[in-house]
Amino acid sequence: MTPGWIIAVIAAAGLASGGALMAWPRSTWPLLGVLGVLFACLSVRGHKSSRFAIALALLLFFIPAAGTENTFLFELVTQMGIFAAMALGLNIVVGMAGLLDLGYAAFFAIGAYTWAIFGSGQAAEFMSGSFPLAGWPYFYLFSALAIITAALTGTLIGLPALRLRGDYLAIVTLGLGQVVRVLANNLDQPVNITNGPQGITPIERPPIGWLLGFMRFIGLGDNPALGYAIFFYLLVLAVIGIVVLVNVRLDRSRFGRAWVAIREDEIAARASGISLTRTKLQAFATGAAFSGVMGAIFSAKQLFVSPESFTLLQSITILAMVILGGMGSIRGALVGAMAVTLLNIEVLKSFSDFLVDLRQSGYVLDLGIVSFNFANLSDQVEPAKYERMIFGIILILMMIFRPSGLIPESRHRLEAGSEKKDGMTG
Amino acid sequence: MSDALIELLPSVLLEGLLLGCVYAMIALGYTMVYGVLGLINFAHSEVFMVGAVAGIEVYRYVGPHIDNPYALAVVAMLVAAGVSGGLAVAIERLAYRPLRKRGSTNRLVPLITAIGVSFFLQDFVRLIEGLWHGEFYMNYPADARMEAVHELPLGMTIQTKSIIVIVVTAAMLLGLDHLVRRTRLGKAIRAVAQDLQTASLMGIDPDRIIARTFLIGGALGGVAGVMFGLLYSQINPFVGFVPGVKAFTAAVLGGIGNIYGAMLGGLVLGTVETLGGTYLFFLTEGAIGNEYKDVVAFLILVLLLLFRPQGLLGRTQGDKV
Amino acid sequence: MKSLIRFALSLPILLTCLAGVARAEVIKVASASMLSGPQAGLGEMIKLGVQIAVEEAQPRFKEKGFDLQFSPQDDQAQPDVGVAVARRIVNEPDVLALVGHFNSGVTIPASEVYKEFNLAMVSPGSTNPRVTERGLNNVNRVCGRDDVQGPVGAEFAINDLKAKRILVVHDKTAYGQGIAQAFRDKAQALKGQVVGFLGTEEKTNFQSLILQMRVLKPDLVYFGGIYDQGGVLLKQMRERGITATFLGPDGLESSAFIDIAQNAAKGAYYTTVAGPVEKYPLAQAFADTFTKRFGRAPEAYALYSYDAANVVLAGIEAATAANEGRKPTRQQVAEAIRKVQREGITGPIAFNENGDRTQADYWVVHFEEAKYPGKAVKSITSAPPAKK
Repeated sequence: MTPGWIIAVIAAAGLASGGALMAWPRSTWPLLGVLGVLFACLSVRGHKSSRFAIALALLLFFIPAAGTENTFLFELVTQMGIFAAMALGLNIVVGMAGLLDLGYAAFFAIGAYTWAIFGSGQAAEFMSGSFPLAGWPYFYLFSALAIITAALTGTLIGLPALRLRGDYLAIVTLGLGQVVRVLANNLDQPVNITNGPQGITPIERPPIGWLLGFMRFIGLGDNPALGYAIFFYLLVLAVIGIVVLVNVRLDRSRFGRAWVAIREDEIAARASGISLTRTKLQAFATGAAFSGVMGAIFSAKQLFVSPESFTLLQSITILAMVILGGMGSIRGALVGAMAVTLLNIEVLKSFSDFLVDLRQSGYVLDLGIVSFNFANLSDQVEPAKYERMIFGIILILMMIFRPSGLIPESRHRLEAGSEKKDGMTG
Repeated sequence: MSDALIELLPSVLLEGLLLGCVYAMIALGYTMVYGVLGLINFAHSEVFMVGAVAGIEVYRYVGPHIDNPYALAVVAMLVAAGVSGGLAVAIERLAYRPLRKRGSTNRLVPLITAIGVSFFLQDFVRLIEGLWHGEFYMNYPADARMEAVHELPLGMTIQTKSIIVIVVTAAMLLGLDHLVRRTRLGKAIRAVAQDLQTASLMGIDPDRIIARTFLIGGALGGVAGVMFGLLYSQINPFVGFVPGVKAFTAAVLGGIGNIYGAMLGGLVLGTVETLGGTYLFFLTEGAIGNEYKDVVAFLILVLLLLFRPQGLLGRTQGDKV
Repeated sequence: MKSLIRFALSLPILLTCLAGVARAEVIKVASASMLSGPQAGLGEMIKLGVQIAVEEAQPRFKEKGFDLQFSPQDDQAQPDVGVAVARRIVNEPDVLALVGHFNSGVTIPASEVYKEFNLAMVSPGSTNPRVTERGLNNVNRVCGRDDVQGPVGAEFAINDLKAKRILVVHDKTAYGQGIAQAFRDKAQALKGQVVGFLGTEEKTNFQSLILQMRVLKPDLVYFGGIYDQGGVLLKQMRERGITATFLGPDGLESSAFIDIAQNAAKGAYYTTVAGPVEKYPLAQAFADTFTKRFGRAPEAYALYSYDAANVVLAGIEAATAANEGRKPTRQQVAEAIRKVQREGITGPIAFNENGDRTQADYWVVHFEEAKYPGKAVKSITSAPPAKK
């Protein structure tokens, strides 16, 4: 249990950084402050309702208020939310059930294509009817459908996985994930279903007249670009809320316990009457479902899907989030997703832009002994392009020094020290 | 048309053999490491890539001083073997050994580390090459003597460089066979592969043997990198992934842990891939080109793991508890 | 982690820099092209062309109280990266217009994002008809279109090269597939025999395709795609003794094509919408500035990106003037860019109602030696075709 004064400090910090963000919506420091407070809310223990209230105030008041001045804030948090949902899904498969899935981005792709094909003129290529499907119910309907298609695909990919353990499973999921991508790339022939590597664009979005009306009412005007930024922000927050709730419920249910049981010892689990097949399939399908719904939302938000968004790199990115946060830990997955997304789309990119500016301006850094003219800096030095290196380092360092992650699973903490001996000798 | 297709067959098989040589050489690295550690060394595809890049640096810096293209190719292969072998040992020492020493139970931990190493190396090579030469897409230079075309019976043609690839592969495979079967080191490797704990009780230093295994596997991968560059010319830091997965498939196909299986698996996979890539187009009258050849390799892998995980030459092994 | 620390350390410097320039109002012009990856050679030329134009305009903007900045972005020639870059650019309000993208397959999805925010773009080299035919009022281009370029290639293949059996290969991108189709349709209309039409994403090993050529026996191979792939294909074709003439579109327009294909490039032809530099008499001064500034000669697309950037800058200046010297909105800039009429170094530039250049040049270039630039053997000037 954390002492009450720490919660008070967090609340004060939240208020201060939130206010600062509203005052300087384009400045980096208040944003980092707000995210730091959110991290803190996720990582301290106890005082559940106060932490929840602080996080809610930031997410529903301070960030949106600042976001009307700087739509990038919506973009950033929306991306974080999308990845957080995927990290939570993968966390079930890898973290709880202990099945290393290297093809996880495939489910995201399935969800994205589910809406993209019918939410654009693409469907008219292979079936009759009038497309795109515009109008309000369709998007939500297909988001729900995306859950089902992704879960079904999860089951399909999971079926062969049942017979395999550990590293073979990883390779098979990697292979099947690639198969999904290659199919998306090549199902433009003989019947054009996915439009191949060219991808699908533009993709319909649900009408948001109600939101625009509300925005006019509070004096924000009715700019649809801002409207959609707010809409997807709220939608993703709502979905994340549901996903977290489902995760917490599952974790404490017999499903969650069964997953952990097969992770810890398959043979013992089977001996205790757990059906391995069914339990693993449930893990795969549940994890895939979260990814699927976010895929549908992503395609509408991005207006575009193409197979290249669903590469191994994407799967590894999500894996790095889970590993960083702590395998099996729900709060860990959230923290990991926030941290890696922040690193990926804000910190590295701004650092790259900063170096580009220095290079263009020919700024000379004079430290007395050495001086360096930034105009001579190679344009290969662009941190934003070395995401693979960063993820690689995260994975290696976490595995060597802190395999249980930043916020270890609470179960693990209970069992610490009870690890059995076996090693990699297999 | 069908006559033309039959006439083409020997040439297709020859191309398949060349590709198979590259796969076999990479597959050996996977299979040897799996044999001694039970670990899928995900980073091996990057060891292969580093070999290809090291080879191109030889062509850049030594090339202008050596007029004999055959000698140059051999120098490139030797350097690549050294660099890749050293890299493989370094990976083992820095990333895998600490995990082994900790005695962690989780089999996912070393695998995730290996993935991390693989991703790290791709961008690391990209950064180094970018800083060094300003770009990271590189081409093996063409030399008229290496490109010379020789006529063979049955309408086949072969280039000098392809002959070199076949000869080098054969020599390396024979050498490896001798090493594993006839030398003390080979015996020690086999002992560690059979049972690491018992082997260490018999006076074998497992760390040293594991390092040697990484060295040999890495060196073969490095040579494969140069062969790949000679055959297909364009190289980049991300070139390792696809051949890496294919070679792993080849290793599983032959029975993972079995070096003869890896050689056979590589040749079979290379041939199947080239056959499928060439003939599917004609069989479907142009509806399907060669774009599904990666899918075919992955599906072979999945089906194999499901129905014959021991591969073509492997023995069944029960799960250890 | 290390970069995080470095980033934190560098923030104070950044803030000082920002404080120093905070007095003048900032206007940014972005460029979006492929600065890393296999097509970086061509993408770099586009970036540098824009950079020269911006540097030349900076004093003009300073007089009016604006700090003009250049923001080069990298789309890696990949549609999804392009869309991510677009999302980033639109959220930066100082960016008023953009030069780019190059690959049509990237331009089309990215422009959907720009449209949402009314951000104007002028592409130096996206030739697919669909780029402008969607009728978006923020999308323009200073180059020709593939529904002219493809037929120009087909006429050349059949009438000049006397091709009898043609194999068409494409890279499956919007650009490559689009132009390959335009080429094939015209070639068939001219009674040429197209023995195969196939797409491949293969980047390194073309052996299967080459084995297929040995059965199909084409005397001309048309490759719809970019040089990074076409160069490797051509090299491997020649190594395996396929002697068919090689013809491609403007995607081969880069010195890097020669670097990759090496001696095999000798004898290859390509059609292009950006002719060799020496064919544009007005471009000499630009070429000199470019060479002096960057230490190498400009390639054809640098001219087009320079022209595109000058159109963008002229649009911003016109919109500023119309806005009584205050910083214009993106909407105003987009409208002004569409109305720009000026004499560029590649000829007169004006846009029609779709954003197509009213008169664009098309060339056929021959590599008589494996050396860049090749020799222009044919040139025509054409208006964009009427909408079907």
